[in-house]
Amino acid sequence: MVLIQGPEEFLAARAVQHYRARLRSIRPDLERTLLDASTYSAGELQNAVSPSLFGEPKLIEVGSLATMNDAFLVDALEYVSAPDPDVAVVLLHGGGVRGKKLLDAIKASGAPLVECHPLKRDSDKADFAAAEFRRAERRIEPAALRSLIAAVGSSLADLSAACSQLIADTVGPISVEIVDKYYAGRVEATAFRVADAAVSGNTSAALSALRYALATGVDPVPLVATLAMKVRTLARVFSAHGSSTAIAKDLGMQAWQIDQARRDMAGWSAAGLARAITVLAQADAEVKGAAKDPVYAVEHAVTVIARAARSRTR
Amino acid sequence: MSVWTDLQGQEPVVEQLRRAATVSTPNHAWLITGPPGSGRSNAAIAFAAALVCEREELAARGCGVCHACHTVLAGTHADVTFIATEKTTIAIDEARALVNKAQDSPSSARWRIIIVGDADRMTERTTNVLLKAIEEPPPRTIWILCAPSPADVLVTIRSRCRTLTLRVPPVADVAALLIRRDGVDPAMAEYAARTAQSHVGIARRLATDEGARERRNEIVRIPLKLRDVTEAVRAAAALVDAATAEANSSNTERDATERERLLRSLGAPESGPLPAALRGQVKALEEDQKRRAKRSITDTLDRALTDLTSFYRDVLLIQLAAVGAGSATTETLARVELVNRELASNLVEFANQSSAEDTLVRMDAIATVRRRVTKTNVAPLLALEAMAVSLLADRPD
Repeated sequence: MVLIQGPEEFLAARAVQHYRARLRSIRPDLERTLLDASTYSAGELQNAVSPSLFGEPKLIEVGSLATMNDAFLVDALEYVSAPDPDVAVVLLHGGGVRGKKLLDAIKASGAPLVECHPLKRDSDKADFAAAEFRRAERRIEPAALRSLIAAVGSSLADLSAACSQLIADTVGPISVEIVDKYYAGRVEATAFRVADAAVSGNTSAALSALRYALATGVDPVPLVATLAMKVRTLARVFSAHGSSTAIAKDLGMQAWQIDQARRDMAGWSAAGLARAITVLAQADAEVKGAAKDPVYAVEHAVTVIARAARSRTR
Repeated sequence: MSVWTDLQGQEPVVEQLRRAATVSTPNHAWLITGPPGSGRSNAAIAFAAALVCEREELAARGCGVCHACHTVLAGTHADVTFIATEKTTIAIDEARALVNKAQDSPSSARWRIIIVGDADRMTERTTNVLLKAIEEPPPRTIWILCAPSPADVLVTIRSRCRTLTLRVPPVADVAALLIRRDGVDPAMAEYAARTAQSHVGIARRLATDEGARERRNEIVRIPLKLRDVTEAVRAAAALVDAATAEANSSNTERDATERERLLRSLGAPESGPLPAALRGQVKALEEDQKRRAKRSITDTLDRALTDLTSFYRDVLLIQLAAVGAGSATTETLARVELVNRELASNLVEFANQSSAEDTLVRMDAIATVRRRVTKTNVAPLLALEAMAVSLLADRPD
């Protein structure tokens, strides 16, 4: 019995696949049964684990444990107390607390547990991609790896597909040129990336990120909200004195956020901050119907903010 | 005691309504306008009571003691419908229901009366639903609409109604009303009526609620302590937090009671998950509550901004009174009627530090954010931050 738990579906699917392939290599006549815990009716599990006429080995995959119904919970608890050693059961739980009793029972029984956490940081994604290439015994240059993550890093499934495509299509070490050939011009820009570029005063990067974000379907409304959040943090920290821990406690934020804001603040002046806030409020009204062109409203706000971010040096 | 007693300071309009209530065929549609807090819906209700009053002699109509008067004032008269919304707008379905209701004959009274307390809170589409019903109601139906100004309702509605305009009641009248009706002591009544700028409802709240007075004092002192961007942003956050907290404190308990009542009337199980068939209704209630919460936050902010404007209004009056005299002094104060008399010395100092043009620009900034917050769907915090930075002493650019 194996429990696969966590919200990253891609990793979970991969774990199941891996497990299935291994069982098949030992016993090619494996019989596979799929069950759904959310639409389960009583007795199905019992039915599936009982030996068949020809005695094939069995693999039972149960999905949607995160929304399991009570009938499944009862049957599964009973099965966990007396598992059949000849049957492999794979349970997929998408995260959450539903069926905690069952999860605890499975963990207590000593069954292997595979945790599938989503990879949030770019460095984790880079590790993941690097491992993909290592498994295929290929080498990728660090710069190539970085631009690959920037291009397709938002979804793990996309990233993995990109890795296998590169591995299948090319020979020898993978360079930046190869990655660019496949994925150039694709930069996944989020609202945060736009905001980061804008408050650091990098007008061209901010505007191109904005265009990418709009082209990939980011709405102007959350863009303005993200910019406002970023500028608000700067304004709150601007003339605050004391250690970042004390300010963070005062403002109900994390210390690293304060440190980040202090780094971003280098080129800002008080007048610049005031200008940025005013233009953002204007843009907020405009993207919500006060003006005809919401895209222009955001673009104007980004330009003004990026210029204000250099107002101290001028 | 008559139904007109509480409409203090509105004698001309009361006289017209009183006369209208005694004729055999009063106009079929009325539009009562006036600034917030001048008692529009109270005037409408008093008029309705006078129309359905049971007294035979015409001069005594609107006696305030008969059964009909009592039930109208209590909002329980079967033939008098009062509709106002706690959400941002009146829904089109509610308007359609009113149109149907307008076709019914009155059950016991002389007239069927439909009062729309928030005629300004209807979208154009909703208003159009009412057009025909207001133009040609059945012989015994009377419509009374209330709105802050005639411009707030469609011109096609306006032309079908007889318009009456309430004035801003004089401070002395509002104070007298507070003393007589709510038993407030004279000094407090005068303070409340003046600081509420004659808004009867707010004046009463200020006179009776210590917390409301404190909140107002904090708000009008904001301009005195705005020094830099950081403080401005924090002051904006504090304003929004206070508005949200105030709205939540009055709504949370009510929301829970309403939900409980709904579940009971639906016969929902006491524990366990909600049956799927009932989820839709509970969801609809929650949506309504969410809209109500948004409206109450907006209203609180609107009030705060009005209070804030009163500070700059006073500053502007002082600055204009001091034109020619070089700088304002305490003598200037004798010539102006201040809302925030308690802050007189701070106001003079503030007036001398800036010009009348600055003050107008700042009042404009407040008016802009007020319009944005009440009429559009902007993020209140961001809008207020922008206002706060534009109020700063050394304005950028």
